[in-house]
Amino acid sequence: ELTFLTKQEILLAHKRFTELLSKEERELPNTRLIEAVLTVTSNPFRKRICHVFSTSEENDGSLTFEDFLDLLSAFSDSATLEIKSHYAFRIFDFDDDGTLDCGDLEKLVNCLTGETDETRLTEAEMGQLINNVSSLCILEESDIDKDGTVNLSEFQHVISRSPDFVSSFKIVL
Amino acid sequence: QLPSYQSLLYRRKTSTGGSKQRGSSRSRLSSSGSWKLGLSTISKPEEKQKSPLEQRPIRERANTRRLAEAQELKSWRQMRQSIHRYLRRLREDGQESLSSIKLWRGDIHLIEGMFGAGILSYFSFLRFLVMLNLIIFLFMFSFVMLPIVIASHALGNITYNQNDGNVCSVYPSSARHGLVIFHEHIADLLSGGGFLEQTYLFYGYYKAHKIHFPNITYNLPLAYLMVTIAYLFLSLVWIVKRSATGFKHNLVQDEDRFQSFCNKIFTGWDFCITNENAAKLKRSSLLYELRTDLEEERIKQKIADRTRKEKCRIYIIRLILNLFVISVLAGCFYSIYVATTFSQEAQMNNVKVNFIVDLIYEYLPSIVITMANFITPLLFSVIINFEDYSPAFEIRFTLIRCVFMRLTSIGVLLFSLWSQITKCEEEPCVCGYNHSLYSCWETRVGQEMYKLTIFDFIIIAAVTIFVEFPRKLIVKHCDCRLAHWWGQQEFAIPQNVLEIVYGQTICWIGTFYSPLLPAICTIKYFFIFYIKKVSLINNCRPATRPFRASSSNFFFLGVLLIGLALACVPVAVSVAQINCSQACGPFVNYTTSWEVLPTTVSQLPHGVQTLLYALSSEAFAVSFFVVTCLAMFYVIALAGAHKKVINQLREQLAMEGRDKRFLIQKLCQAQKISVVRSPGSNSQPRRSSSSYHTSFSNNFNESVFLAHSPPDSATHV
Repeated sequence: ELTFLTKQEILLAHKRFTELLSKEERELPNTRLIEAVLTVTSNPFRKRICHVFSTSEENDGSLTFEDFLDLLSAFSDSATLEIKSHYAFRIFDFDDDGTLDCGDLEKLVNCLTGETDETRLTEAEMGQLINNVSSLCILEESDIDKDGTVNLSEFQHVISRSPDFVSSFKIVL
Repeated sequence: QLPSYQSLLYRRKTSTGGSKQRGSSRSRLSSSGSWKLGLSTISKPEEKQKSPLEQRPIRERANTRRLAEAQELKSWRQMRQSIHRYLRRLREDGQESLSSIKLWRGDIHLIEGMFGAGILSYFSFLRFLVMLNLIIFLFMFSFVMLPIVIASHALGNITYNQNDGNVCSVYPSSARHGLVIFHEHIADLLSGGGFLEQTYLFYGYYKAHKIHFPNITYNLPLAYLMVTIAYLFLSLVWIVKRSATGFKHNLVQDEDRFQSFCNKIFTGWDFCITNENAAKLKRSSLLYELRTDLEEERIKQKIADRTRKEKCRIYIIRLILNLFVISVLAGCFYSIYVATTFSQEAQMNNVKVNFIVDLIYEYLPSIVITMANFITPLLFSVIINFEDYSPAFEIRFTLIRCVFMRLTSIGVLLFSLWSQITKCEEEPCVCGYNHSLYSCWETRVGQEMYKLTIFDFIIIAAVTIFVEFPRKLIVKHCDCRLAHWWGQQEFAIPQNVLEIVYGQTICWIGTFYSPLLPAICTIKYFFIFYIKKVSLINNCRPATRPFRASSSNFFFLGVLLIGLALACVPVAVSVAQINCSQACGPFVNYTTSWEVLPTTVSQLPHGVQTLLYALSSEAFAVSFFVVTCLAMFYVIALAGAHKKVINQLREQLAMEGRDKRFLIQKLCQAQKISVVRSPGSNSQPRRSSSSYHTSFSNNFNESVFLAHSPPDSATHV
């Protein structure tokens, strides 16, 4: 069992992949292809997704077909909660240090709310959201060992309590 | 479910497939996923040749093992599994086909896609009411009307109620004589009088006492009473069933707003969104939700920080404003009472001034109620700003006040009618009611309910056509400041819900007096759906405030239940207390409508009689009540125990985190000692992705990697 996709889905993925490939780039296409394939140009996490699933050495986020299949498999309907939460953690970890600290969370919230200045939360609001000391905030809810960051198991614990995660962390071709 | 349990499930699923995990990783918590991750992240170009080679012998081993297992698997177990699968697929297909024949499925999908889940819940609530009214009408029709229709047209012999010449049983015909002008017909249609009065529409027409079919005798009064009780009970059961799921969600989510921030941030983005507009909408709604939640937190903080003096001031202000609200409500109720008495007297005196003025006199209670229901929400929403509650509580409190206003206005109308009916010139009344003015008082009450329903429908249609469409035209084409301030219409869900709950309460009350009223209400809601949908799509913009769908379902059904409870009161009072009319209707031979039941029971065989008497005795009622209380206490105790367990588990988790940190510290110390002893050992810093496999916190950079196995056996993680 190498993947969660069925044979039909793999064939469909291959078809979409080759459709968008130009003749020279046979093996290592660009992230723009992924955006077109996923048809989610509005997805704020597209760069991170490509970065996480890419296995190329130049770290430019380019994906081979196997990487693409890995991506679709992790985002498919039949992937387990643990796979999805694992990949979600890596996608949200903007500085790739293995934990979600305040900087990661801030970037995450900014990605979610919008690009322009007027759609962002202010500094004060961001501070209150992330680490308000006495009442509810992100770190209060998820940081169990109180070290100021969210590591993988804390993240997985939070995700396991959340009812919408599996249905929202899904990409269908 | 904890991740370890999930991986256990997955491993169980794939164990018959003979996956690679049969090796060392079975004892570990990591699932096949992390094995796959290990494979993909470690498979660098130079290792790519090694991994396919390694995979092949493993796969062959898995294959042989699979074959052996297949032979062992008994055929009956296979058959049982396949039967289970077939049944499950059958059930899913059945559910899917059932949902595909639901009324208005396409329209509701469209609305959901354009406007979100809150407005969707309003329209599906409307659809539920259409179905409910249709079922109630089918009940009434098949048990009350159908026997009469069959008997009069086909076989069967109807015995009518005796007219014993008593003064109470005089029923002057209200049909118009002589030359009837056309607009009088319209007046009759709108007010339920005239030619409509002696029809199937109203209670007074059902004069049959017993219907004799060839084999059985059909007791119509009993059927009428039982159908009334049945439709009230059916509505109760259906609403409670429908709200059960919503209630569960509400309890779980509202407990302590569990993980609300984390859920919004980590799972807030729906990766299936492909539309640019939908993405923008999602972003703005997320932003709005975060901002309101943060503001709620801030306000909670502020409330907790209030000084004593401020608290006193706030409480005094609240008291004054509540008294003001109560006085406004009392004023509205008094005006409804006055309007109803005036309208009744005007109709009794039969003073015909003018067609329009007559109609206004007839509809005066409805007009006053509608105006009160229009003004008071505006007043309440202004007042609540001074009372300094948290935003969510403000919304709820205003809604409670509006609900109270709407439903109590119906109660006041009925109370004023009741006082008119039971008020005679010489006390006590000869027939139990005012027979000179109200020879058939149930029909009069039915007419009032009919008028309320018609007027409600007219108002909804008129407001949509004459207010909402022009508003959109003005805002779109006119560029003045007034247009900008007024703004485009937003679909106000709570007010719309209150409107249709009001209509439904009238329907429930009125069905006893006017058996065709459910059919009228079904048609009315049918048209309201299309009116609202057209108005929504053309005039309204998406709400800036997201309305939480699960709790709103519970809110709608809760208000509906309050309406049902309110509707039961007048029906119960008129069935049990007020003497039924002696001149019309099926209950002429009885004093009150309820008397049918004891009379019928006394004619049953003796054994059944004793059983029924025992069921209705006090002993049974008290013991039933005690048993219900015990069950409730048990369930409450169970819920409390669960909550305690949850808290304990949460503390346990926190402690485990601390344990982990302690162990890592010890590990670091041991590491340091061993590094000092043997320099040049293999503690090269690896790629940071390896830390994912160990799932330790990465604050301790020194020696986390020791827990991770060296590169050779990495593929066997």
